[in-house]
Amino acid sequence: MNQPPAAKPQTWHYRKRRAANSLFWLFASLATIIALIPLGLLLSYVVARGLPGLNPAFFTRLPAPVGEAGGGMLNAIIGTLVLVGLASLVGLPFGIIGGIYLAEFGNNRFGSSVRFAADVLNGVPSIVIGSFIYTIVVLQTHQFSALAGGLALGMIMIPTVMRTTEELVRLVPLSQREASLSLGASQSRTILQIVLLSAKAGVITGALLAIARIAGEAAPLLVTSPGSMLFSTSLNQPIASLPVQIYLYANAPYDEWNRQAWAAALVLVMMVTIFSLAARYATRGKFRIVR
Amino acid sequence: MSETSLPKWKLPRRGLVKGNFADWLFRNTTRLFAAALLVLILLLFGILTEGSLSSIRAFGLRFVTSSTWDPVRLIFGALPPLYGTLLSSLIALVLAVPVGLGTAVFLAELCPPWLKSPVSFLVELLAALPSVVYGLWGIFVLVPALRPVETWLGQHFGFIPLFQGAPYGIGLLAAGLILAVMILPIITSVSREVLLAVPHSQKEAAYALGATHWEALRGPILRYARAGLLGAIILGLGRALGETMAVTMVIGNSPQISASLFSPASTLASVIANEFLEATDAMHISALAEIALLLFIITIIINSAARLLVWSVTRGGRVGVRE
Repeated sequence: MNQPPAAKPQTWHYRKRRAANSLFWLFASLATIIALIPLGLLLSYVVARGLPGLNPAFFTRLPAPVGEAGGGMLNAIIGTLVLVGLASLVGLPFGIIGGIYLAEFGNNRFGSSVRFAADVLNGVPSIVIGSFIYTIVVLQTHQFSALAGGLALGMIMIPTVMRTTEELVRLVPLSQREASLSLGASQSRTILQIVLLSAKAGVITGALLAIARIAGEAAPLLVTSPGSMLFSTSLNQPIASLPVQIYLYANAPYDEWNRQAWAAALVLVMMVTIFSLAARYATRGKFRIVR
Repeated sequence: MSETSLPKWKLPRRGLVKGNFADWLFRNTTRLFAAALLVLILLLFGILTEGSLSSIRAFGLRFVTSSTWDPVRLIFGALPPLYGTLLSSLIALVLAVPVGLGTAVFLAELCPPWLKSPVSFLVELLAALPSVVYGLWGIFVLVPALRPVETWLGQHFGFIPLFQGAPYGIGLLAAGLILAVMILPIITSVSREVLLAVPHSQKEAAYALGATHWEALRGPILRYARAGLLGAIILGLGRALGETMAVTMVIGNSPQISASLFSPASTLASVIANEFLEATDAMHISALAEIALLLFIITIIINSAARLLVWSVTRGGRVGVRE
């Protein structure tokens, strides 16, 4: 660094620097390749083992009794849809409206602390949030329930949705706001009808991405709605879900169940991949999906 | 964290739209929803504390120093899961940090532009995959593959306590490996962002003086970014500490402390996941709530520290040298 530029590029010192730099390149490229190996392994196994189990029965049948062949995951698929719907009812309004606040009015100390809290809450393990919901809902009602599961998932969604909404609303150019205001529109109308219109595609994909994420969450459901083999859409009964079913089936000593666990894993992975691709496309890579 | 920040709204405060009730209502409604998040965190802390009160009263500090976890006799000491949590996260960090930082440097500084987007997408996809899928893969692919490796390690390095014991496959090593893969994306993507926040002028100055890529990184870039990189690593640690499903599925869930990496263990999160369903006694439930509280406090502290470190580079950094 503090050496003068090499007058003769062939000197020993110059070669040493070149060698160090090559080593650095080698290390960084190798690290990148190593980082991608697990993804390749994971995806190839999920596809190879999941595809055979992905037949019409998987989507249309209820689980078969132990020892019988066949059966499917209809109850878990419906259950996941119910849970995701409940979670969206809780998570999306809080996330999106809070995110609008952060983007439009949040350049103050209160905004910073909410932003900070969202990032911190995002790092709180989902099982802790599950335990929280267990304590306030399940213990009070003496009942595991779909409602408790949906609440837990919704709470997990809030910080993610809030931060992505904020980022996407911020991407809308200031000139659009100024144009609207200069035409006499009020601030609330400007935000609701102009800014949100521009940010709509992004906010929707951000929400979809958060939904895809929580659809794969098993930990909070394990302590709030720990699965069932029955078909149920009742909100105050425990409801089955794909991730919990994967967990139960993976630990079971039946080949048929293991096969269905892989098939369910493939369904979740496909969903997450498609939503991630869509988010990347809709926002042209302008915001991160890792938090 | 976006680079552009909007200036404060100035219009509505006075002048033309003063006293616009709809605007006032809109502003304060959105503020209310934002404030709800703060309330939620306080509530989380309060409820978990309340739930664990009877356990805190019964065991006090012994809860974190005793290694007896016996739901039958209702004696609860969380040292084994604490140990398992720390050790598995440590294994994960040792493995994931060099790879994650290397990938981040590659993406931020070295990568040709056409490769940047696909590689970042793949790394981010790794983060988006459900934890339970990692666990499934761990049970059926990683654990069987680990058994011969553990046997080999035991034969050749068995004199080190870490590599003694029966090669079950499931255990701390498997958990650490899975965790390493799972925290890799967050370390990579946050580090990359930190590296990208280093002002171009710093890099350009180094290159103008004839520095190689390595010298530019080691000197000005690292000096500028190191707090943020540390933050990225700590964020990864925070994820590893709280990761539940995948770990529960491969760690073996046995509340014991053993020096061997091959032995089954448990983590704070896996104990909650395993026992909440069967817990019927109030004291057992309270002890589990205390574990959740412990995990909550640990991750809150770790995440706050990490976020502050990262923000010091990506946001506060702009106060100093502008691009």
